[in-house]
Amino acid sequence: MGESASGSASGSALALARPANLPAPSASLAPSSLGIVPPLAVLGIFFFYPFVLILGQSFFSSHGTLSLAQYAEVLGTGLFRNALFHTITITLSATAGCLALGLSLSIVIAFVPFPGARIVSRMIDTFIALPTFLVALAFTFIYGTAGLLNGAAMSAFSLSLPPIDFLYSQWGVILAEVTVYTPFVMRPLLASFSLIDQAEIEIASSLGARPFRILRQVIVPAALPALMAGGSLCLLLTTNEFGIVLFIGAKGVQTLPLLIYDKAIQEFDYSSACVLAAINIALSLGFYALYRSTLAWLGKRGAGLV
Amino acid sequence: MNSAAARGIEAGSVDSQLADLAAASLAKEAGAQGAGGIGFEGVTVAYKGSIVLADFTLAVRPGEVLALIGPSGSGKTTALRAVAGFVRPVAGRVSVGGRDVTDLPPHARGIGMVVQNYALFPHMRVAENVAFGLRARHAPETEVRAQVESCLAMVGMAAFGRRYPRELSGGQQQRVAIARALAIRPDVLLLDEPLSALDAQIRHAMIEELARLHRSLPALTVLYVTHDQSEALTLADRIGILRDGRLRALGPSRELYRRPPNRFAAEFLGGANLLPVVIETPDAGNGFSEVRFGTTRLRALRPEGAAAGETRLLCIRPHNLTFVPGDPAANTVLARVHEVRWKGELHDLTLEAEGRTLRLASVPLRAPPEPGAVVSAYFAPDEATLLADEGDG
Repeated sequence: MGESASGSASGSALALARPANLPAPSASLAPSSLGIVPPLAVLGIFFFYPFVLILGQSFFSSHGTLSLAQYAEVLGTGLFRNALFHTITITLSATAGCLALGLSLSIVIAFVPFPGARIVSRMIDTFIALPTFLVALAFTFIYGTAGLLNGAAMSAFSLSLPPIDFLYSQWGVILAEVTVYTPFVMRPLLASFSLIDQAEIEIASSLGARPFRILRQVIVPAALPALMAGGSLCLLLTTNEFGIVLFIGAKGVQTLPLLIYDKAIQEFDYSSACVLAAINIALSLGFYALYRSTLAWLGKRGAGLV
Repeated sequence: MNSAAARGIEAGSVDSQLADLAAASLAKEAGAQGAGGIGFEGVTVAYKGSIVLADFTLAVRPGEVLALIGPSGSGKTTALRAVAGFVRPVAGRVSVGGRDVTDLPPHARGIGMVVQNYALFPHMRVAENVAFGLRARHAPETEVRAQVESCLAMVGMAAFGRRYPRELSGGQQQRVAIARALAIRPDVLLLDEPLSALDAQIRHAMIEELARLHRSLPALTVLYVTHDQSEALTLADRIGILRDGRLRALGPSRELYRRPPNRFAAEFLGGANLLPVVIETPDAGNGFSEVRFGTTRLRALRPEGAAAGETRLLCIRPHNLTFVPGDPAANTVLARVHEVRWKGELHDLTLEAEGRTLRLASVPLRAPPEPGAVVSAYFAPDEATLLADEGDG
């Protein structure tokens, strides 16, 4: 308070002392105002313009008139409802899985000393760098009909049909997405855990708290911003995941991104594709807003009064 | 935040009546539950094969404030962490209130602890921080509220319960940390450099606060680790000085300061002048010995087992040296002024006598001597001790 008061006081003194013939201070802002133009232009041309085109296209009929008829048509199809249901189910399940697995693994790596913890931590970065469909391919080799597990089980128990049959379902997609995106939760969490003051944990312990209470009341609240960041990322990535769903090719599992691909590339129905894209964007942003507000509420609730 | 209120708290202007009432209530409880001392018996702690605390034996009496001081890496914090249960000794035994706690986890030891950076839980309000330990012990909610209120009042923070730690100044955060540690009604309080992060003015106020707090809680045993000897001398009943993981000196604060048992204690605690002297007359009467420093004969307290011809170190505190105007009198050292530094509340002079450097700390002088001047520096014989010359201590 004191600093700001003295700052404004000195500012006033300077203003009083400034000779009248000096240029106005706003002139010095000109270079920084100009500097914002190139990034805005790049964003406008390569991001906002196509985005506006898609949105605009979704509100115009094939005759070029402004209409919501396309929305009514697309929203009324079973194909859309099925895609929406699968998208929501897969997104929420995969994000929840990523958060649960990411939090558990991060806690083990950060707080349970074991040989090789540092190497495991480094491997997470490597995993993030890999293309997402590689996991789907690896899953096909392991859990697929002709994969390692089914092959071993069939020869061991003389079975005529592969016993493991979850990969080509919604659960296979969810498992693959959890595997791919869990490191996106772990990376910020591990960074956050490394910043927790060890003294806080020790003091909590000396005050009589057992490890689970320390985890619940000291560590997790401290890591909540990182958990929010990782979870937000997962939510957005899983909502819009395309490669894994396409690669696994689960029976009857069609998500919104896949449906957009079908409409635009295979059926050349650009109008429907634009409507679906607009809905997909709204869904992503809606999920994101819901997630952030839920965690903010949880954060406030966790810091309640005595 | 209310900066005026914050300044008031830091200057120590707490509602003392309320604070004393709260403290009296806590003292009564502490007395009722009995107090516990701390015992180290041959405790050795090693990190990655290197010994940081070696065969450490020390008994902190119930209700006593014992300060552990020493240079960085001397093992003082390790000793404290061994009591808290954060490090496990490779040998020896740690006891609290007569109970062996060596193998107990920290949460089962019932010890309050305050650290340098406060370690308040940032996402919890002040009242929640103080309540944390009680809730961890499943105390009834009515008791939690009463105890939180009482502890916050004791440290003058009753009005700050709804604040978050980030909304408090350093001094206020430290008060909350103390309240949190005391809320669980520990018999033993461990303070690990608790005032190091505070600026000088607040630190002085907090030293007074801690002293008042301990007067209010006489049954509380306090182990205080610090590198600041003024904190140790002000607060501690006894001081232990560590070096290289070993206890080098232990004694009542005043006694340790006035009669350091060895060279390291003399130099570390108070930065004493140490002059090599030869004992001329071991028993010169009245409990003094006569010694020779170069060509000057001096008197000092007679050490035990002193023999004529033996070399000893004459230990004189800088503030026990005074200028003697005029001709040299008894027990004076002729010295040349090397440097004069004014430090506000004192003049700090560096003198040179018989090729040795002497420090003299004086109340501010109206006309301090110029560098190069020859002066007579006097000390009272009963303020000087003779230490065994044990090399670097």
